[in-house]
Amino acid sequence: MTITAPIQAPAIINTVIDAVEYPADGVASLVLRRADGQNFPSWAPGSHIDVHLTDDLTRQYSLCSDTEDLSTLRIGVLRTPDSRGGSAWVHDRLSAGSELRISAPRNNFPLIDSRKYLFLAGGIGITPIIPMMRAAEAAGREWVLYYGGRSRNTMAFAQALEAEFGNNKVRIVAEDESGRLDLSQILGLPRAHMLVYACGPGGMLGAVEDFCMGWPPGALHTERFAADSLGVGGSSEPFEVELSLTGTTLTVESDQTILEAVEQVGARVLSSCRAGLCGTCETRIISGEPEHRDAALSQADKDANEVMMVCVSRAAAGCSKLVLEL
Amino acid sequence: MSLRTQPMVFQEDPFDVAAISDPYPFLDRLREAGPVSYLEATGSYAVTGYEQVYEVLTDFETYSSAGGLGPRDIRKDEAWRPPSILESDPPIHTLMRRALTGVINPGTVRALRGPFTPPALELTDELATRSGFDAVTDLAEKYPIRVFPDAVGIPEEGREHLLPYGNMVFNAFGPENYIFQQAFAEADVHSKVVMAACERESLNDTGFGKQIWDRVADGLITEQQATLLVRALLSAGVDTTIFGIGNTLSVLAKEPEAWAELRRQPNLAKFAIDEALRLESPFQKFHRTVSVDTELGGVHLPAGTKVLVFLGAANRDPQKWGPDADKFSFDRSSSGHVAFGMGLHQCVGQPIARLEMEIVLQALLERVETIAPAGPAVPIIHNVLRGFESLPVTITPAR
Ligand code: FES
Repeated sequence: MTITAPIQAPAIINTVIDAVEYPADGVASLVLRRADGQNFPSWAPGSHIDVHLTDDLTRQYSLCSDTEDLSTLRIGVLRTPDSRGGSAWVHDRLSAGSELRISAPRNNFPLIDSRKYLFLAGGIGITPIIPMMRAAEAAGREWVLYYGGRSRNTMAFAQALEAEFGNNKVRIVAEDESGRLDLSQILGLPRAHMLVYACGPGGMLGAVEDFCMGWPPGALHTERFAADSLGVGGSSEPFEVELSLTGTTLTVESDQTILEAVEQVGARVLSSCRAGLCGTCETRIISGEPEHRDAALSQADKDANEVMMVCVSRAAAGCSKLVLEL
Repeated sequence: MSLRTQPMVFQEDPFDVAAISDPYPFLDRLREAGPVSYLEATGSYAVTGYEQVYEVLTDFETYSSAGGLGPRDIRKDEAWRPPSILESDPPIHTLMRRALTGVINPGTVRALRGPFTPPALELTDELATRSGFDAVTDLAEKYPIRVFPDAVGIPEEGREHLLPYGNMVFNAFGPENYIFQQAFAEADVHSKVVMAACERESLNDTGFGKQIWDRVADGLITEQQATLLVRALLSAGVDTTIFGIGNTLSVLAKEPEAWAELRRQPNLAKFAIDEALRLESPFQKFHRTVSVDTELGGVHLPAGTKVLVFLGAANRDPQKWGPDADKFSFDRSSSGHVAFGMGLHQCVGQPIARLEMEIVLQALLERVETIAPAGPAVPIIHNVLRGFESLPVTITPAR
């Protein structure tokens, strides 16, 4: 057996647009191929790429192609009137054969293994969900998708998904036919061993968060669209944690909790539920800004940012280091 | 893997006095019948494996609480009574739980350290002047009853009914045997006093009780639910903590090295308490109802049957904790033990119980150089709780 070191993906990948398709009104879907003819680095459902449209215009788009086929990548771009230039640029200036510089795929919205999944997509928020559905299906998991949009002709991939998985698993809810997604009906009853993955506009995600209050913490995973591009928040980027009592500094990887990383270096943290529910792992913050993901602290405590639950909470987007009293 | 859908049939009665007073040899035998087995005495399925217990506790859809925590399905009882939070599934449970966690959460519990500390210092100051004492009757039984009812805000009068009432509530998670009957001998008196203490008018303005009632005004819960939630706090918040303190001391009295280490580093007290709770879990067992046909630990469970969840067995399962599962190990990470339950119904009062235990233990560590058993501990005969009636210890005071 030979062991090869993982190859570091290049920061910038030069690509050529293979095809531009229009899967719905106002949505362009770009298929990218590497300029050097090689395969793209492998990626997991939920990943996105940075697309460098010009030197100072970069946008993030979720990948919606097949994780098994690395010869191409596919993204979907909605043209929005309030776009800060990104979607208009894509729609107006790009066509088959255009060159595009992108980053290697990164994943801030990873699909965690679970027995059951509930997928919720609003509009173009369907894109990161598509590879997730395929992964859930391939793993034989129980899943259902609720996909809401204004009308069918604005909902990218709706028909194809319905045809692929059937309308039992793929529930298309077009506003002009049957009104909005009835979130109280869909999320009213918390379910066991089921994770919720939701992607869509801020308004929809706010409502989803409200309805998920009674669910086990950690059940809900969201990715927000801001204007025409992926927004910040729900960040799973790696960050550093310094333990103030011992001076040890460690890295919390994207697929790790602070608690796991801290235990790995042998420091002791009392914990119980490991799910952000019980409050046992409360840890004092010396410096840095957390993103609270627990259901234990009150809102006032969360706003004060003096303590955090290290079993689920992470560093806030843009905060690269937390110093904790451990 | 071979699939065995027929469980082993286990004949001994888990509610027999011998199994209760010395539970661990019994649990070893039960575990040998597999992680899930059939209990002939009760007609329910015993769940002893850590993995399987964890599964029952976290899959609230398959293993419903709405049938109650006792051996009978309370929904089939003639006299319907409104379900307590422990006997509820989502969505009713969701609202009640939210009302409670709004009131009891890390922030509100942090504020209790101040008022909870002086009584512990006072009690342990006095005990440290003696050459020995009873860790249960002189300390464990005295402390929670001094601090917890105040935190809830109930009247002084009638507090002597709290312990017998809690005793009733928990014993009802087992069968109606003579232990149950003893606990319920004066049920009406205890119930009446405790229920009256849960009413809005009985509660002072500063305690958790009043804050729970405030959620009625918000429209989150009904008045009846508020009464039930305050009652749940009172019935679950005293005995279990008494047993938590007593059981921790029963373990540590036999661990002189750990005691010495803790005296050097009293900030580690919480880890010792956690490991002691794993080893001597106050809440040993209760039932859930199977809501749909399912399979657990290779055994088919039909819908409608009861499973008896042995928290105390899961917490000593060698598959999870290793070959020394029945030993106290200060260095072990006891994280994940199910002494407080797990999942949606995990003990809401956990941070309060941990706070009380830590305050008492740290006060004792400061004042007591060595502690050792001074005779046999007398186990309490209780259907589902594990604890001691008496736990004599000798001590040498710290200089
Ligand atoms: S261990 Fe329960 S909140 Fe972190």
